[in-house]
Amino acid sequence: MMRSIIYVLVGIFFGVVMFKSEAASWFRIYEMFQFEAFHMYGIIGSALILGMIFTQWVKKSNRKSLFGDDIVIADKAKSFTRYAVGGVLFGLGWALAGACPGPMYTLLGAGFMPILVVIFGALLGTFIYGLLKNKLPH
Amino acid sequence: MDILLQPWPWYVSGPLIALTMAILILLGKRFGMSSNLRTLCTIAGGDRAAEFFRFDWKAQRWNLLVALGVVIGGFIAMNFLTLDTAVAIGPESIGQLQQYGFESAGNAYMPVEFFGNEAFSRPRTLLLLVIGGFLVGFGARYAGGCTSGHAISGLSNLQLPSLIAVIGFFVGGLVMVHLIFPLIF
Repeated sequence: MMRSIIYVLVGIFFGVVMFKSEAASWFRIYEMFQFEAFHMYGIIGSALILGMIFTQWVKKSNRKSLFGDDIVIADKAKSFTRYAVGGVLFGLGWALAGACPGPMYTLLGAGFMPILVVIFGALLGTFIYGLLKNKLPH
Repeated sequence: MDILLQPWPWYVSGPLIALTMAILILLGKRFGMSSNLRTLCTIAGGDRAAEFFRFDWKAQRWNLLVALGVVIGGFIAMNFLTLDTAVAIGPESIGQLQQYGFESAGNAYMPVEFFGNEAFSRPRTLLLLVIGGFLVGFGARYAGGCTSGHAISGLSNLQLPSLIAVIGFFVGGLVMVHLIFPLIF
């Protein structure tokens, strides 16, 4: 129960950050792909630099999680096709819907109800991928 | 307090995203939002249709709780932490979007034309929203992650696959905005 509350709290924190940073705004995504402002690049870039320092530190220090388990940061399977093709498809949708999965949940909470249509589409896309997985080149 | 109610600058927001990931890693979990979509498909009965959805979804319950929190966070930010929801994007983007018919550019958080409730009565808009969502869902699973899983977590872990995926995200986004938008708007 305690753990469940912690996960919800982490989510609340992240949801607030997504909204207040405007990373959940369709307009900001459009502007990013127009290279008109540094805002989104600053967000992703600074998150990345700090994330990199943290991740490398955790891997080197071999520390346990706060619940006492081992921390496993798995490598991604090596390949090219799935990342390139899947990445491009994701990018097309990201720019059109103006939202990636995290912001989708944020926008739902913020009350932009047509995001339900986007979420429905995302679930459908996930489902169709699951059906086709073995037929697709990875 | 007032500064909290303004849009948060990138140098505050970016580090807070890194902090989110750090907390999840220290809790023994990972930062990845799109895998919830797979879990939801399994809960909805997808495990009867494809092997991909046959996994112990209860082990992913924690991530659904995070997603539930994200919804609540969006509600709190919108209703209690924001005075003016208008997003001040640059003048060139505003001009271009207004040409496309997005009159709300510069005056709203989301384009009213897409995310106002009148979208529900416009079949064309609904179709575009479904297609956009479909590509996000399909692409994220094909690529094995989204912005959080690849662009933040994967690149932080110095993963070449994540770099390929993130380059793909940008190629797709640029193609959509620069080549496809002029055709559909």
